[in-house]
Amino acid sequence: MTDTIRRAQILDTELKRPELTSQLEETWKTERGLWGALSTVDHKIIGRRYITTAFVFLLLGGVLAMLIRLQLAGPEGRLIGPDRYNQIFTMHGANMMFLFAVPVMEAMGVYLVPLMVGTRNIAFPRLNAFSYWMFLAGGLVLWISFALDMGPDVGWFAYVPLSGPQYAPGKRADIWAQMITFTEVAALAVAVEIVVTVFKQRAPGMSLDRIPLFVWAMLVTSFVVIMAMPAIMVASTSLILDRLVGTHFFNPAEGGDVLLWQHLFWFFGHPEVYIIFIPAVGMVSTLVATFSRRPVFGYLPLVVALIGTGILAFGLWVHHMFTTGLPRLGESFFTASSMAIAIPSGVQIFCWIATLWEGRPVFKTPLLFVIGFIVTFVIGGLTGVMVASVPFDTQVHDTYFVVAHFHYVLIGGAVFPLLGAVYYWFPKFTGRMMSERLGRWAFWLIFTGFHATFFPMHILGLEGMPRRVYTYQPDLPWHGLNLFASASAIILAAGFFVFFIDVVMSARSGNPAGDNPWDAPTLEWATSSPPPAYNFAQIPVVSSANPLWEQPGALNVANGLHTDRREVVVTTITTAEPQARESSPQNCIWPLWTAIATSVMLVWSIFSPWAVVWGSIPIAITLIGWFWPKGTPEDEA
Amino acid sequence: MKERVVLDLSKLPLHALGPASVTWWGTLGFMLIEGTGFALVIAVYLYLMSLAPIWPLNAQPPNLLAGTVMTVVLIASVVPNIMLSRWAEHQDLRKVRIGMVVMSVLGIVPLIIRVFEFATLNIKWDSNAYGSVVWTLLGLHTTHIITDLIDTLVLTALMFTRHGDNLRRYGDVQDNAMYWNFVVAAWLPIYGCIYWLARI
Repeated sequence: MTDTIRRAQILDTELKRPELTSQLEETWKTERGLWGALSTVDHKIIGRRYITTAFVFLLLGGVLAMLIRLQLAGPEGRLIGPDRYNQIFTMHGANMMFLFAVPVMEAMGVYLVPLMVGTRNIAFPRLNAFSYWMFLAGGLVLWISFALDMGPDVGWFAYVPLSGPQYAPGKRADIWAQMITFTEVAALAVAVEIVVTVFKQRAPGMSLDRIPLFVWAMLVTSFVVIMAMPAIMVASTSLILDRLVGTHFFNPAEGGDVLLWQHLFWFFGHPEVYIIFIPAVGMVSTLVATFSRRPVFGYLPLVVALIGTGILAFGLWVHHMFTTGLPRLGESFFTASSMAIAIPSGVQIFCWIATLWEGRPVFKTPLLFVIGFIVTFVIGGLTGVMVASVPFDTQVHDTYFVVAHFHYVLIGGAVFPLLGAVYYWFPKFTGRMMSERLGRWAFWLIFTGFHATFFPMHILGLEGMPRRVYTYQPDLPWHGLNLFASASAIILAAGFFVFFIDVVMSARSGNPAGDNPWDAPTLEWATSSPPPAYNFAQIPVVSSANPLWEQPGALNVANGLHTDRREVVVTTITTAEPQARESSPQNCIWPLWTAIATSVMLVWSIFSPWAVVWGSIPIAITLIGWFWPKGTPEDEA
Repeated sequence: MKERVVLDLSKLPLHALGPASVTWWGTLGFMLIEGTGFALVIAVYLYLMSLAPIWPLNAQPPNLLAGTVMTVVLIASVVPNIMLSRWAEHQDLRKVRIGMVVMSVLGIVPLIIRVFEFATLNIKWDSNAYGSVVWTLLGLHTTHIITDLIDTLVLTALMFTRHGDNLRRYGDVQDNAMYWNFVVAAWLPIYGCIYWLARI
């Protein structure tokens, strides 16, 4: 800690261009070496790290999926025993939802939102660093437990009483519940950062109707995260309490209730699907506009559809519980709301088709994934309308029909747009283009492999094959389709293999991308690829929704910021009028210490309730270290 | 990219207060998260209550005294809290220091009362589901008070250092005051739930 308080003195107006960029570089840089890597708060470095880690988890989850397909390829499979199989399908689901899908979408926001709104770092950058470390720790807890044969085996939604103290001895269910805490803390932190970045750090002039659609999508998603994730934290905490200190939340013998678990879980679990899906449609809107070479058709309906989806997401949870014997009227209500969600989804689909129809579409790899998305998601949406009807749902509940349905909406609805988005923004992330040739191979392999793997599961479900069975008898009529699905899964895996090869090779030796290789209209393309530490040498001033198309080759900017302190412009929520020049924190190691202290407490608390008391002391100490002013210009007004 | 300067920001303040500031919105975001958490636990209380043949389940309702004293103290604490926030707005260091000390004391007093509250709930957390949810509600709010108290203590210490007399710190004091108001506001439905729903 320094003795004197330093204040910012140099304004960018006093500097010539080369001096300006070198000053800014000095102020915003991340030091080389391990310490620099551990203490950085640059949203781009953290975002890239987050995305990479999430894709590693995708890879691991994919390996589990292939094991499942191998096991089910024929009747009487002997590769995996029932206990291991329980762990594998639980790990697959929990990993894909909590360690891949949600984090990767938020991570794309962490990287892109600050650039797209024209600011220099995300709001609360240290919280952002903390969030990543918590996410990583949660992933490690889950996978290390699995390696120690302690992986959760109660399904990704861990229904009680199966996961309760009576039927799940040992610590497997606790590992699941605490992994939830890790990832939800991480997700909630990012959600608050994104909300505040979008509300208060937009470039001057970026009024509500000029916000890029991906940013709108991330804003809505963040609110859904904020409202939904506390439910799963309440649920998983009460489960741990039931298991550790003998509370009776889910014990019917003492006034508790098992369905309470399902209500709490799905009050989170259904919005969770939209937490994954809404960013994906934001990506689609962005890609469709750029590759149709025209502004997106129906900006306003698209924004309203995003918000509508976010609100309706909270009115659907009971459709996961149609077979639990709830009152008929309640079921009718949730059937209606489940069908109503088709309206905003339909609005968006028609707006995209209209954009493509009216534009001059350029069928590069990102757009191929968008087309793949539209086809696949429509099929998944149709089976969604089918299972929204109670009698039909009763028939196919817990069968492979449901497995097929949610893989169509999750892979079709979110992973396809995500892969398109990676092809689209990879040049910005790395400064290099991905291969168009490998991209087409990846798309066609994934698209055909996906449909060939998952479409037969609809039929298997209708034929009565239940989810989560580790094998089946030879006299049942499921053999042929299972073998076909398993063989097709190899094609799907090959597609992902090509994708990962393309990513690695292009990161090393792809063609240089330039600032704006797709001639796209939004602000992230107004700076170099990859962007400098300070994002923009001068903060952009915006007067339309597609600033780079309005004035090709030119950018209106503002000056008057300090260069010797990390400074961002704060603007009003609706019209983005400049209000102040706020400081943005410097790099800091304390978020890492706080994350380590928090991780120790959370893991310890699986074993002893006293961990919450003693484990909180190091957390408090590290938080004080985090917040205590260091005498830098950023800490002073 | 050809850049054209169209806006001069050099006259803007170096830090924003209240709703203009980033931290104010961040605080609001966390209040929304915690508020949702409280609402959900209250929903759990109501859900279990709706299932139970009698409520409270095999127990006397909690004694009113400690909880009501708590409510009175918390509501009364809002007055100095709002005054503190005003002093921070006027950047009056001496008064802010006094106010922070007062609010630190007013953060400790409820914790003492809370001990008596737990002692007079007339049920243990592991007796039945009613006990579980009551203890969880009260425990959550206690955590709420403790976190805000630690925050207040650290900020009080900070106001007595050379870092104190600074627009940023006054903003922190205001945000901390806003958070305390939330701690008080969150208590009222919990109080109603624990002490009065058990008597209906």
